Amino acid sequence: MNVDWLLEHSPALIIVLPLLAAFLTPIIDKFSKKARNAFVIAVLIIEEILVIFLAHDVFTNGIHIYTMGAANPTETVPAQAAVPIRIVLEVDGMSIFMALISATVSLAAAIYSLAYIEEEKGKGKFYTLLLLVLVGMLGMELTGDMFNMFVFLEVLSIACAALIAYRSHFGDSVEGAFKFLIISSIAALFVLFAIALLYAQYDLLNIAALASAINYTHLDKIALVLLIAAFAMKCGAVPMHFWTPDAYSVAPSSITAMLVAASQASLYALFRVCFTLYGVTLNLATIGAVIIIFGLLSMFVGVTMAIPQKDIKRLMAYHAISQTGYMLLGVGVGLYLLTKPEFSSYGIKAMEGGIFHIINHAMYKGLLFLTAGAIYYRLKTRNLNEMGGLGHSMKYTSIFFIIGALAIAGIPPFNGFASKLLIYEAAYKVSPILSIIAMLVSILTLASFVKVFHSAFMGPKIHDVEEVPKSMLAGMAVLTFVIILFGLFPGWVVSNIVHPAAQALADQAAYIQAVLGG
Amino acid sequence: MSEERMSVIVTTIASLLFPFIFIFSFYVIMHGHLTPGGGFQGGAIGASAIVMLIVAYGAREVYKKASDEKLSIFESVGGLLFVLVGILGFILAASFLSNFLVGEPIFGNIPPFGSNPGELNSGGILPLLNIAVGMKVIGGLASVVLIMALAGGEKK
Repeated sequence: MNVDWLLEHSPALIIVLPLLAAFLTPIIDKFSKKARNAFVIAVLIIEEILVIFLAHDVFTNGIHIYTMGAANPTETVPAQAAVPIRIVLEVDGMSIFMALISATVSLAAAIYSLAYIEEEKGKGKFYTLLLLVLVGMLGMELTGDMFNMFVFLEVLSIACAALIAYRSHFGDSVEGAFKFLIISSIAALFVLFAIALLYAQYDLLNIAALASAINYTHLDKIALVLLIAAFAMKCGAVPMHFWTPDAYSVAPSSITAMLVAASQASLYALFRVCFTLYGVTLNLATIGAVIIIFGLLSMFVGVTMAIPQKDIKRLMAYHAISQTGYMLLGVGVGLYLLTKPEFSSYGIKAMEGGIFHIINHAMYKGLLFLTAGAIYYRLKTRNLNEMGGLGHSMKYTSIFFIIGALAIAGIPPFNGFASKLLIYEAAYKVSPILSIIAMLVSILTLASFVKVFHSAFMGPKIHDVEEVPKSMLAGMAVLTFVIILFGLFPGWVVSNIVHPAAQALADQAAYIQAVLGG
Repeated sequence: MSEERMSVIVTTIASLLFPFIFIFSFYVIMHGHLTPGGGFQGGAIGASAIVMLIVAYGAREVYKKASDEKLSIFESVGGLLFVLVGILGFILAASFLSNFLVGEPIFGNIPPFGSNPGELNSGGILPLLNIAVGMKVIGGLASVVLIMALAGGEKK
């Protein structure tokens, strides 16, 4: 097993490794709980290394193709056929960028969970499901096949729903999970129906082959509406955001951090459909404007709903909706300008801002949910009115919270500042009103996190609690490390990771060529 | 506990039918690559055999022989088998899930082209994958029904 072999098979290995681990976990769990914990963490660390390894190759050498079950993994079109029949994994800059997010958040969530769910039952199943969520996210992100994407969307939804209901002795957990399950099933049916419409016309499922054949008929438009509605619903864009606060607030906090990454996998699917599947055949001004309006609505409604909340996790969940709006705005501006000459100047900058915001949001919102979990772990409440003075005893947690809160509000030198600035600048050139709304939302975000910080950490010491266990601090530290790293070197990150991702998303021709050849 | 158990006629018939239903389930799983059906359908039939025992004998008595933990281990083994067959594709052939059994003595025959009655000893890794899915479905569905039956029984 040498390095070339590993690199060639790494797209499949990245998905297979957590899948294998997920089924091994319940068996190891029968013998030793400690071995199970060590096993899960070890698998996630190897996974992270594999993803970084593949990311390095994709960012230097371009798109990586893997054909399942073929005699030669790069042979996408079999000799007897004219079109790709087998499942093709297609890893371009954008896919691997999302995979980096998923793997990092999962690692932090699993480390955090070691202590966080110590007192709960059924921990073996918890880790199995956690690994399956990772499988679902990575599968959606790395696949180059519409139907495969649907299958992984289902894997992701079912595993997430089970994890949201993990604390099933609370009625509201079951309610949140039920809502999530209903929304996911509807979204999955929409996606399936859309795939059927495309398959009926073109006899193709491969995204690249579909993209080369698609010609924007009426049926394609119906399929597009279904796909955008389904993925916008799954990523929690206003006006289809109602499941988000319910599900995010009741799930165990480590799972909420993963749900953020899971929503972003749906966001990725939305972008992939718009840019790669339909691409230039779209009526770009209309669809771009629709995405921008989704973004503005999500930003504004999310933040205004967040301000009056008293439940700390519900408040953060509304902020997650609001931050999703920034990503939709940034990438929507890019889509709006895709074929215009301005694209190469500020259209691509807007996309970079939106895409950079995806990774930033996954890191700081994940961190904020983990700190909310730490507060819950000690006080057993999510109500802000019952907290106070925690800064006296939970010093590290409050530092992590400050970092997360400043990052989400876009205060330099943290990472949220860099991506928001890119979005403001590029959106301003399209229409100043977009930037004004974005800045207003940012100010409101800061206001609401000042409120949370004040009511949870400031004031006299009223709760006699200790700092949370080390594994929870370690989980938060992983994400904090990334936030600070990205905040200190945004230029390097944008030019080496974010720009290739944005370029890959915008370059439909390269995506098609990688599968179908010249 | 005795309230859950049905009359001796029902339990006897259930015990007699149980192996036949399982054989049918195994038939559907094994012929997955030739006839309609396959791992999931056969597994659902197998799980229905266990459900019949739950109805006849009551959930608690079935739980003693096959607890949900044992069933979920069975399920995990099914999932594991599927992934392992896929991984063997890496090692014995070129890529994940490659059909490395073509031409081998087990399931490796290549049937003649055109309409034919179907040959069981063909299909390569497909029968193995069907068996893995069948195990997973039997374990999963049976444990779901068992847990629901146990939870329903607690109210009495």
